[in-house]
Amino acid sequence: MSDSNTAEQSGTNRVKRGLAEMLKGGVIMDVVNAEQAKIAEDAGAVAVMALERVPADIRSQGGVARMSDPDLIDGIMAAVSIPVMAKARIGHFVEAQVLQSLGVDYIDESEVLSPADYVNHIDKWKFNVPFVCGATNLGEALRRVTEGAAMIRSKGEAGTGDVSEATKHIRTIKGEIAALSAKTADELYVAAKELQAPYDLVAEIARTGKLPVVLFTAGGVATPADAALMMQLGADGVFVGSGIFKSGNPVQRAAAIVKATTFFDDADVIAQASRGLGEAMVGINVSDLAAPHRLAERGW
Amino acid sequence: MLTNLGANAVTVRRPEELARVSGLIIPGGESTVMDKLSRLFGLAEPLRAAIDAGLPVYGTCAGLIMLADRVHDSIDGQQTIGGMDITVRRNAFGTQLDSFETDLHVPELGEPAVHAVFIRAPVVEEIGSGVRALASLEDGRIVAVEQGNLLGTSFHPEVTNDYRFHSYFLEKVRASA
Repeated sequence: MSDSNTAEQSGTNRVKRGLAEMLKGGVIMDVVNAEQAKIAEDAGAVAVMALERVPADIRSQGGVARMSDPDLIDGIMAAVSIPVMAKARIGHFVEAQVLQSLGVDYIDESEVLSPADYVNHIDKWKFNVPFVCGATNLGEALRRVTEGAAMIRSKGEAGTGDVSEATKHIRTIKGEIAALSAKTADELYVAAKELQAPYDLVAEIARTGKLPVVLFTAGGVATPADAALMMQLGADGVFVGSGIFKSGNPVQRAAAIVKATTFFDDADVIAQASRGLGEAMVGINVSDLAAPHRLAERGW
Repeated sequence: MLTNLGANAVTVRRPEELARVSGLIIPGGESTVMDKLSRLFGLAEPLRAAIDAGLPVYGTCAGLIMLADRVHDSIDGQQTIGGMDITVRRNAFGTQLDSFETDLHVPELGEPAVHAVFIRAPVVEEIGSGVRALASLEDGRIVAVEQGNLLGTSFHPEVTNDYRFHSYFLEKVRASA
């Protein structure tokens, strides 16, 4: 037996990105307490996201949105056995340190909370816990990967129930990747400059035709058909925030969204899953939101 | 990975898709979700029958849990497909912070060691007499097992470029075809 290299290593890039690989094809649900987390697990969520208030409430109540109370996160971790993610404010590396110390499985450095730093994001390489970050386009995604993000989610517009921004962001990211793949080697230098991302990463994406990390989508998904739309547009999986627990029948809707995400290419299953769900969350059209209230514009 | 090894890989989500394959890989993921969806879409029973009839199946991580006859730390009501006379413990190492990678000596595959990635991984706590342990951690905990046409690993060869476990499995598929 070779004993030269048998040490166990944790917190590596492969281990961090690997967990996201295992969530592919699944639904990650926003929860604010242990009861909701249990409903999500029972409905077939692959992970839950702990936050203080769902985005729809952050919108309607206003005020500063922060990391959840550690007691609530502990309660959620105790209630479920699937991975638990939790949100920290953009740039708030101490909230991230706290979440790592609580033992969460993933941290979302999220624009849904009020940013703590309008210049810098968290240096995610300093952590053993992996991070997921939002992006509206490829350049933003690559800047987050450069800072150490192990998973990307397109941002959409959280708390609206309007899927149009999610559609725009996933199409933009996918489209920009396809455009990079079509470029010749000598065009990639300028492409890197225009994307404001490191050349090596840009060249890697041009070669492989995909991000080096898993790409989920988020922000405005409210129905089974919305979730299937994201999957057909090429997302690896879906985050659902306010869409479940702000709807008339969270238990049934959560299970229906899981079904539609798994069988995203089967209209019969999506149709069946869409029946009798009661009221969807009351939506807000993104076009009715004044620019300062658009969360997707936070982060850069 | 399977395509690179010369196999024709397809996705199996429904009973009719299962009927068309000569071997099945149950990959990593969330075993609780796999259980719910496989029962909901009528895949669980046909898969049990196929395993009884000798279908080669390789489970990695959550897939290993699905192949186990007995599971510790499962959630309420969680079922497995079963087939392997083993007891596994879910999330045996803890949270993601305890996920790790390491080199594993696997006599069946020879040198070099297999670089194994464990992500919120299970371990095999007991094996029946018909089960062979293929690899263990230095503390003795079993992380790779084989029983007839069934193969299971706690770790994820699919996230590295080491094809040896998958080719080992494909030999079983070809031998039983």
